[in-house]
Amino acid sequence: MKPFDVLIVGTGIVGSAVARECARIGWRVGVIEGGTPAGGATAAGMGHVVVMDDSPAQLALTAYSRSLWQQESAQLPKSVEYEGRGTIWVAADDEEMADVRARQSLYDEAGVQARVLTAADLAHEEPNLRAGLAGGLLVPGDGVVYPPAAAGFYLAEARRLGAEVFFARALSASQGQVLLSDGEGLVAERIVLAVGTECDLLPALPIQKRKGHLVITDRYPGFLHHQLVELGYLKSAHKIAGDSVAFNIQPRQTGQLLLGSSRQYGNEEPRADAEILRRMIERATEYMPGLDKLSVLRVWTGFRAATADKLPLIGPAAGLSDDPSLWLAAGFEGLGITNAPGAARLLVDGMLRRASAIDAAPYLPARLMEPARLARA
Amino acid sequence: MTRTEVLVVGAGPAGIAAATAAAEKRRSVIVLDDNPSAGGQIWRGATVGGPRRADTQRQRAIERLQRSGAHLLAGRCVFSADASGTVQTFEETASGSVAEEFRFQQLVLATGARERFLPFPGWTLPGVFGAGGLQALVKGGYPVAGKRVVVAGTGPLLLAVAAHLAKDGAVVSSVLEQATLAQLAAFAASLWEDPAKLVQAARFRAKLWKTSYRTGCWVVEAIAATAGPRLAAVRVTDGARTWIERCDLLACGYHLVPNTELAALVGCRFQGSFVQVDDAQRTSVPNIFCAGEPTGIAGLDAALVQGEIAGLACTRRSDASLQKRAAKEHAFADRMEKAFALRPELHSLPRPDTIVCRCEDVRYDSLRGHTGWTDAKLQTRCGMGPCQGRVCGPAIEHLLGWRPVSVRQPLFPVPLEALCFHDGTTEMSKSNEPIEEKA
Amino acid sequence: MRETLSLTINGASRQVERGTTVAAAMLLAEQPCRISVTGGPRTALCGMGICFECRAVVNGVPHRRTCQLLCEQDMAVETNP
Repeated sequence: MKPFDVLIVGTGIVGSAVARECARIGWRVGVIEGGTPAGGATAAGMGHVVVMDDSPAQLALTAYSRSLWQQESAQLPKSVEYEGRGTIWVAADDEEMADVRARQSLYDEAGVQARVLTAADLAHEEPNLRAGLAGGLLVPGDGVVYPPAAAGFYLAEARRLGAEVFFARALSASQGQVLLSDGEGLVAERIVLAVGTECDLLPALPIQKRKGHLVITDRYPGFLHHQLVELGYLKSAHKIAGDSVAFNIQPRQTGQLLLGSSRQYGNEEPRADAEILRRMIERATEYMPGLDKLSVLRVWTGFRAATADKLPLIGPAAGLSDDPSLWLAAGFEGLGITNAPGAARLLVDGMLRRASAIDAAPYLPARLMEPARLARA
Repeated sequence: MTRTEVLVVGAGPAGIAAATAAAEKRRSVIVLDDNPSAGGQIWRGATVGGPRRADTQRQRAIERLQRSGAHLLAGRCVFSADASGTVQTFEETASGSVAEEFRFQQLVLATGARERFLPFPGWTLPGVFGAGGLQALVKGGYPVAGKRVVVAGTGPLLLAVAAHLAKDGAVVSSVLEQATLAQLAAFAASLWEDPAKLVQAARFRAKLWKTSYRTGCWVVEAIAATAGPRLAAVRVTDGARTWIERCDLLACGYHLVPNTELAALVGCRFQGSFVQVDDAQRTSVPNIFCAGEPTGIAGLDAALVQGEIAGLACTRRSDASLQKRAAKEHAFADRMEKAFALRPELHSLPRPDTIVCRCEDVRYDSLRGHTGWTDAKLQTRCGMGPCQGRVCGPAIEHLLGWRPVSVRQPLFPVPLEALCFHDGTTEMSKSNEPIEEKA
Repeated sequence: MRETLSLTINGASRQVERGTTVAAAMLLAEQPCRISVTGGPRTALCGMGICFECRAVVNGVPHRRTCQLLCEQDMAVETNP
């Protein structure tokens, strides 16, 4: 049997995006899924397509990937529910407003459209926000998608272009060989691990689980127009230890409201945590008091894959592993949805040794192991 | 937060029996039910109308519950629970919603059953109801006098509903039972073992002497009036020929499925679709009991005896004569399951464009081709609506063989504020003042 | 003598017997409780609070299950959009 050009472990949004990119260049592609397609981190993602500026590399990647979402938006099927809703970063006080103005300049320099909103502007844009907030930053190019359908779309496209999907767990993946739980053995020139937080195939993967909670309401069309994120969100996302919550709410195309967010380290319990949920909801109702009375249909949790420097691992696993066949598309934390198309392009650029639209160096897995290798030398 | 020794969830026959038994032995007992009064489904009280011929058994049971010292808290919807000893409820009042927490030493799950709905073309038309559904609505004040009704589906509920509707002045033109005459005859013959049940069945039959009762028949389509989206007729088949029957209302249900979500949430072990219990109604979780339909669809007498066993077991007592009765009811349940088993033709009831998930309007054709319940749910949104899969779940299990995988709280849609009360707080903050962020 | 009360359903005043559920009142008035995602009229199906087809707007609050709600004087009920 002729080996695959690439085998991708994982049909989440990242794995599926990679599968599609690889299929597009005419490669023989195999995709391996041991559970429900897109049923892992992708199913727990909020689906926010957002430019995030917590570092220049993050800004570059999210802006690039967001532009790919925008370019493709008209071709996406209805089930993907892409909407150019825009984000408003909400400033609660003058200190946060100063932050807003600083970020506006940063976005401006990066070529990302963003507008400062006064308190009056904010109230006009989102009447259900409480009075007394200072204003915000409106980023109109941000969007919202329904992640499982987006992953499903990418995977369907990959299959249309010839990719094969194997519904079995990968028991081992190394040196170009993958052994599946149904006994089948597959051979490939390259193996891509796009596994969310399930790292058993490569224990050296420096990924930590960060648990998050989500709440979705019944349909309340018109209650909310943009995705709203409090400026404190970045502080929460930045913390490398401890539990935190931050106000983050999204209007879905159905008129439902999707509410987050929370981050917990070192918690592997899949059930919802009543205390964290309470803090998350209380934080949200501080910004939008009317949320209290809305009917909640579901509460669920998910695990984000976090790296120490908050940037994803996109490229050869060299540095984490001596295996030349292994590639990684992992560690996306809360930006898996946003960064999936961009990461897929970067990964394939790396495999083809061609230039990328943005500098791929900050995301190379090897960056994380450099000190350790030096220490060993 | 309210503490009690015994907490009973559900004030239908099983819950009433359990609460009464435990309270009469002087345990502190609280019974929770989301309806405005006790009775559950089979003993649902009419909220309108003058005095009716009273159901003495029901009345006696409720009076005995009231005398026993058990506290009935109506209008409480249980949305969360933990095996370690807590249950959370919310209640809709005129002034807003109120969430409560209860701490129990022993929990009796008497959550009953609901109708199984199978999708068929036209089933979403106004005028199409569940069988028990229409009966409940009539008890809630919907007058059916003079309306032409077809009762269809399967199960002993059909005859009970038809009799009730006829008594209320409906013209019940036919009762269509999908089970074959042979299946029912075997069931009826087995009722000789229990003369009381035979009498019950005959009494139902007697009220309906004008109604045609057909076995081996089922509804394949609900047909709309030309004037608009309203039921006007049903297309019926016996597997060979097909005919049309005019009607104003269709009461259609395919027997019952157990309400086991709460039992699953607290970690009870299951045997197939039912909660596994021992002969003292103990589940696999310490201090949690289950009685009635969630342990097996077996009807009123089974619910009463199992409830009593569970209530007594909470007080560390048992009664050999109750055990004997319970065993008899088990046998009856098995026979009933066989009698009303769904025929294979019902797998082809829905057309490709028939809606299966009514909350999200997901069609049958978009469900096929997925790898299972979770995959279908993620990709089509089926089961993501407020019914949380209670209607579409049993239908999909029947059609595609998929079982919903996990149960999460909230078990019912709840106001957001109900998800965040503190230990010790019993009422939600109704003010819109910003809450001080805790350090 | 049976007590009646009046409420409005989609703007029209209706008289019902006290003890009537809102779902029953909407059936009497031949008004759908809600409009489905694809625009179809829906009324109560299960009558026992689990199907959520009977959701309607009651006194300005949407998504209220009307089969378990008793009519009250001057209640304003509208089809859930």
